[in-house]
Amino acid sequence: MRLKPKHISLLVLFVLIVMAPLFFPSGFYYRVGALIFINAIAVTGLVILIGYAGQISLGHAGFVGIGAYSCALAPVHLGISPVFAIALGAALSAGLAWIVGRPILKLHGYYLGVATLGLGILISMVLANEAQWTGGPDGIAVPDLGLRGLLRDWGFRVSAGELWYWLAGAVLIAGAWLALNLFDSPTGRALRALHGSDVAARTMGIDVPRHKLHAFVISAVYASVSGSLLALMNRLVTPDVAGFMHSVHLVTMTVLGGVGSVLGAIFGATILTALPQVLTVFHQYEHMVLGLVMILVMIFMPDGLLPSLLKRFRGRAGK
Amino acid sequence: MTPLLEVANLSIAFGGLRAVDDVSFEVRPGQIVSVIGPNGAGKTTLFNMISGLYRPTQGSVRLVGADVTSAEPHLLARRGLARTFQNLQVFPSMTLLENVMVGHHLQEAGATLPDLFGLPSSRRKTRATAESALSLLARVGLEKAAFREALTMSYGALKRLEIARALALRPKILLLDEPAAGCNAVETEEIDQLITEIASSGVAILLVEHDMKLVMKISSHIIALDHGRKIAEGNPGDVAANPDVIAAYLGQKGQEQVLHADG
Repeated sequence: MRLKPKHISLLVLFVLIVMAPLFFPSGFYYRVGALIFINAIAVTGLVILIGYAGQISLGHAGFVGIGAYSCALAPVHLGISPVFAIALGAALSAGLAWIVGRPILKLHGYYLGVATLGLGILISMVLANEAQWTGGPDGIAVPDLGLRGLLRDWGFRVSAGELWYWLAGAVLIAGAWLALNLFDSPTGRALRALHGSDVAARTMGIDVPRHKLHAFVISAVYASVSGSLLALMNRLVTPDVAGFMHSVHLVTMTVLGGVGSVLGAIFGATILTALPQVLTVFHQYEHMVLGLVMILVMIFMPDGLLPSLLKRFRGRAGK
Repeated sequence: MTPLLEVANLSIAFGGLRAVDDVSFEVRPGQIVSVIGPNGAGKTTLFNMISGLYRPTQGSVRLVGADVTSAEPHLLARRGLARTFQNLQVFPSMTLLENVMVGHHLQEAGATLPDLFGLPSSRRKTRATAESALSLLARVGLEKAAFREALTMSYGALKRLEIARALALRPKILLLDEPAAGCNAVETEEIDQLITEIASSGVAILLVEHDMKLVMKISSHIIALDHGRKIAEGNPGDVAANPDVIAAYLGQKGQEQVLHADG
């Protein structure tokens, strides 16, 4: 059997996740890795929304916030386990995306950007201001997922960093698998078609508003799961996770790595999550270097890092 | 035979300009009806109203007997209407195969979740669609380029791609907007054959085309527009000889020259 691009992508991702710890100089890197994967989960959702369907969102951190605060609040107030809180957060995010998506996805381009921006700001303001529920700007503690204790009972001792590395890695692979399934399916083709030509897509019988809405809801669920994992790993959540800067960060990762490709966007998430950790040597120049990298990539590699590098590599191999 | 497409008193105004003014006609199964007229006569605007992209200010469109005036384009597709575009509307970063696969949307689209989880039902549909799309590409002579991205192809090839993609809808009514534009003589000949073939399978075809030789050869009926109004209709010979049509195309002076040349 010949390997399809989907299987190659998943295999590359799997091998990278499994092999990377061999090169970790210290246990600290497990945490960095877990953080990369958690961001990459949200970014994979944005590949479906921005890369496939061509719809921008500058407010997806709002859904990250809903996922994160669900894991902080639901176990305390509703008495459900954190695992179900992840599902509850995802359901809430999907529901909100469904209701809000209908009117705002009628907008195009800048207008959609501004509308989603507003949505994200609204959610982060609620999280920051409803202090009696959310702890306000100082944030709130998040209950323990309980997985480490469970593993210890079974005789496995893992550090928190290791546990979250493997857990987030597994969720990322599952998320990438779903996104890659979608790419080459009737729904995925419809999304990419309405991205390419809205008018032609409609005359092909595609219900454009419905498909845009589905992409919006799916990507909201990805963001929500990302937020839940982040909260459960950090055991603390502040309104910043839902903030505008986090939304921009996620979109930048998606575009920098290669907006149409799942693997590319994960690559983007890796660079933008890991680089600040490396750049701490440069101290106060960290943001300048980061900004410079982004500008240069967009000028010289407008398709995003990974697709551009692959193209160059293939071009050379062909000669 | 009852008409598949009935257009009655169709009009649209953009501000003060009546781009299409009180146009009526019908197209029956197997018929090739051509709309001709100088640039700006309202041909493409007429197409856009029939295919649901513009809302007419007056008049009605009936498809297979049902009133579909101002209906959404995707619902018209469901009723058997397909079209191509004068200024190409392909999906540029998809392969030619995928472009035609999108044309199968109504046959293959189901729920989003099975697609997300890659269930066997979803994968089966993709395989069947790919097969059908490949044979449609072969029909327009593009099967060798099936896995190339649309943006790498020439204008003429993309024109044929749009026909293949429209055929994927298995339409009852097909609207072709300048299918032979940008094609050389050989390609035009191929498109001529293709259109005739499609019509003989019982599809009603509405055609806009500037290549008059092609129009005169394949049309069963011609409608001539000028400034949004229907100035003549009938079989190709009658319309070609109509003085109003000649005037519209050549201007008053040109018409006089033609008449003098005849005399």
